[in-house]
Amino acid sequence: MPITVSLTVNGKPASREVEPRTLLVELLRDHLGLTGTHVGCDTSQCGACVIHLNGRSVKSCAVLAVQAEGASVLTIEGLATPDGTLHPMQAAFREHHGLQCGFCTPGMVMSAVDLLKQNPRPSETEVRDWLEGNLCRCTGYQNIIKAVLACAEATAPAASAG
Amino acid sequence: MYAFDYHRPASLAEVARLLASREDAKLLAGGQTLLPTLRQRLAQPTDLVDLAQVDELRGLRAVDDGLLVGAMTTHHTVSASPVARRVIPALAELAGGIGDPQVRNRGTLGGSIANNDPAADYPAALLALGATVRTNKRAIRADAFFTGLFETALDPGELVTAVQFTRPDRARYLKLRSQASRYATAGVFVATFGTAVRVAVTGAGACVFRWTDAERALAADFRPDVIDGLTLDPGDLNGDIHASAEYRAHLVKVLVRRAVNQC
Repeated sequence: MPITVSLTVNGKPASREVEPRTLLVELLRDHLGLTGTHVGCDTSQCGACVIHLNGRSVKSCAVLAVQAEGASVLTIEGLATPDGTLHPMQAAFREHHGLQCGFCTPGMVMSAVDLLKQNPRPSETEVRDWLEGNLCRCTGYQNIIKAVLACAEATAPAASAG
Repeated sequence: MYAFDYHRPASLAEVARLLASREDAKLLAGGQTLLPTLRQRLAQPTDLVDLAQVDELRGLRAVDDGLLVGAMTTHHTVSASPVARRVIPALAELAGGIGDPQVRNRGTLGGSIANNDPAADYPAALLALGATVRTNKRAIRADAFFTGLFETALDPGELVTAVQFTRPDRARYLKLRSQASRYATAGVFVATFGTAVRVAVTGAGACVFRWTDAERALAADFRPDVIDGLTLDPGDLNGDIHASAEYRAHLVKVLVRRAVNQC
């Protein structure tokens, strides 16, 4: 029996009728046309589908759309400002070439943004540990880590004064 | 994924009614195991009963001699809780090592123990800490709760509401993760209560178990080398593409020694 799901996506209200078995990532991609969130593995290992659900990073292939009723969702499309200015994490990934084919990038960026919200100045080890749930098949990890650390350096509230 | 009906009850009474009235209803907690299972069409429930709105399943607080943790408490909440970190730091640390950050933001204590995956982390904590599982019908001691491969003592229509943990004097959880799946190839939870020692082993057998020989030796003398002469029978352990049963038997011993050292 179809169910109506109403939620906020990237700050805007959205409402769609879905089957209960519809995944959140399917709602985002197929019903709302937000194809920046990727599906890599379909077994919740790879993290390409990471989005923020009520402010915390989750794998949107392991959440039903109906579980997001009333929730606030942030996807990669919601990071940049309306005038196109990249989010500092996106800018850092570009600056440090934190991608190769780019398929894992939306999930990497969303996961990394959540990390810096909780831990504004992570160590390299903490960044690597945090990104455990995000796989880069190109093995581009070195520059991904570099980008996250550079973003932390640039944006941390108490950036080191020396 | 096969089709199912979805319900989001707001009370335990309503959950019980749904479980009783539907042909094959499954409970949905964090969904981090259930949803991937459904996606692979490995199960076909008629109904999913989402527990997210049931207030009676929430909460984490210190009680007289330990912690009371609601079934729907996420792994992240336990790992980040100042109360959990103060009362049973080894438990908070274990919760912070389950899966990955995204799984920890959704996965729950109740879901983990009701599923009883042979490589899950929480069952080792419950068994080693002598925890009590509270359900909507009764209280079950951890020693009687985990009954076999993906099997528990829960009856049809019965669900975990909370887990009560007793604070140990010393405790430590260590695991070796499979490089591919990141599940525990083997994990051990060592806890001491006065002169008593409990050693629970996960990932190595069909179901979490206590290594009583090691417990006795450590109770007599709590030093890592007292288990040097002990052996676990590989015949009782898992052997698979990731590790042979003999390797797991050896690994458990190494982990127990390290855990005792770090207690």
